[in-house]
Amino acid sequence: MTLPRPLLLLVAAIISLSCTPSVSSKPALFPPPEGEGTLVADKAPDAPRADAGGEDFPVPPPPFTEGVFPCSDCHASMETDLTRRELGMHDYIKLEHGPRERWCFDCHNPTDRDKLRLASGALVPFSESYRLCGQCHGDKYRDWRVGVHGKRTGFWNGKKQYLLCAHCHNPHSPHFRPLQPLPPPVAPALIKAKGAE
Amino acid sequence: MEPDPRDDPSESSRRQFLKAVGVAASAGAFLAGCDEATREAFFQKHFKELDKDELAKVIARLEKDYSAKAGKPVTVDTTPAMDGVLFGYALDLSRCIGCRRCVYACVKENNQSRDPQIHWITVLEMKKERGVDIFESDPYYDSKEVPRPGHFYMPVQCQQCQNPPCVKTCPVQATWQEPDGIVVVDYNWCIGCRCCMSACPYGARHFNWADPSVPIDELNPVTHYLGNRPRPRGVVEKCTFCVQRSRHGKYPACVEICPVGARKFGNLLDPASEVREVIGGKRVFILKEELNTRPKFFYFYGV
Ligand code: SF4
Repeated sequence: MTLPRPLLLLVAAIISLSCTPSVSSKPALFPPPEGEGTLVADKAPDAPRADAGGEDFPVPPPPFTEGVFPCSDCHASMETDLTRRELGMHDYIKLEHGPRERWCFDCHNPTDRDKLRLASGALVPFSESYRLCGQCHGDKYRDWRVGVHGKRTGFWNGKKQYLLCAHCHNPHSPHFRPLQPLPPPVAPALIKAKGAE
Repeated sequence: MEPDPRDDPSESSRRQFLKAVGVAASAGAFLAGCDEATREAFFQKHFKELDKDELAKVIARLEKDYSAKAGKPVTVDTTPAMDGVLFGYALDLSRCIGCRRCVYACVKENNQSRDPQIHWITVLEMKKERGVDIFESDPYYDSKEVPRPGHFYMPVQCQQCQNPPCVKTCPVQATWQEPDGIVVVDYNWCIGCRCCMSACPYGARHFNWADPSVPIDELNPVTHYLGNRPRPRGVVEKCTFCVQRSRHGKYPACVEICPVGARKFGNLLDPASEVREVIGGKRVFILKEELNTRPKFFYFYGV
């Protein structure tokens, strides 16, 4: 297909326009958000925010290893050692989550151990750990909130039960573990009607 | 409408004669030797033609029969479609690990025959490098662990087509699409000709070659007439989006069992439903789109 010459010129003009940086007096096609430096989320109070609390996500109790919660049972009487080190306790935890620099207190709160701590310093209970996970995994958090990521049970037109991220992903080693599949179907050739033969 | 050969008067009188002779002969012999319930079952009308009283009688008969055989109360529900609901399903191919939990949850919930075996869901193992390729897929994979490296899994079940070829082929209209989009079968009307099975491009319909066997202690006693009630030999059955659950607001059994949350279910007419969120925000495809069957079962990539 060939375009008539004037049209071609117009197309070329549009392309070159949209590719040149908007230093001239012409208005930019996609102006940057006003007040460079502010977060878009700050301007749109309705936009989902990773640390938005107060929403109703009914979840079962967090999947604690038996006997570890409340953490303060042991930790309240212990001194807090903030140095990165080989732990003498919790040796079943293998940290395989994110960069090597990851460390307990990135998520756990050194003062009140029964809470988790967001990057902002806000404390959240373990039952709302999705707010913590959502800080880095914003896309998954968004999908989870609308029911696209993760599992929901209950009623498609009513009350639903959600799961915490930690119910499916071990937070210290979040990769989903392989499972043994249930048996394959019987090939049709091997299916026998009872009483046949 | 096609002209019906039965409208031809000469044809009609011949048919009537043959029918009269046939009915008289067989009914005479048949009715003499059987009880009331069998007689009622034999003359039972098409489900959609039953009036309220007739339906109540049919249900009472079936419940009595099933309960006696199961040795526990079995209920047969006839809840109709909800207004303003068109059911849709979405399955996340980037999540499914091929564990087949859904297959067996479905068998249990819907009272499928254990022997000979009937599965309404088939999980296909496919090679990542080939993409979705049905002919290269393997339903019989039997590895120790799933997912196998380099493979992905695609569960296939009834796609609840909006333009269902199976319904068109049924010579006796024993299968049809309900207002909520679910394609159902009246097992009392099905003649077992299996035309619908050959018309289905998804292999989603299954035939009871023998008397289905379901262990009594595993029989799900909460049934729907158009869904999981016990089937006789010689009829076709298929996924109904768990009509006995979904018409009461519950998720289908396969949705609830899936350990990775790959399965999504809801009302396509509700913009806030999970399926609509998927269709609006993810990369979605339907299986064998070129056949214009218009499935209401959507595959998507949730990553
Ligand atoms: S239960 Fe879920 S993960 Fe397992 S095979 Fe079925 S859809 Fe896939």
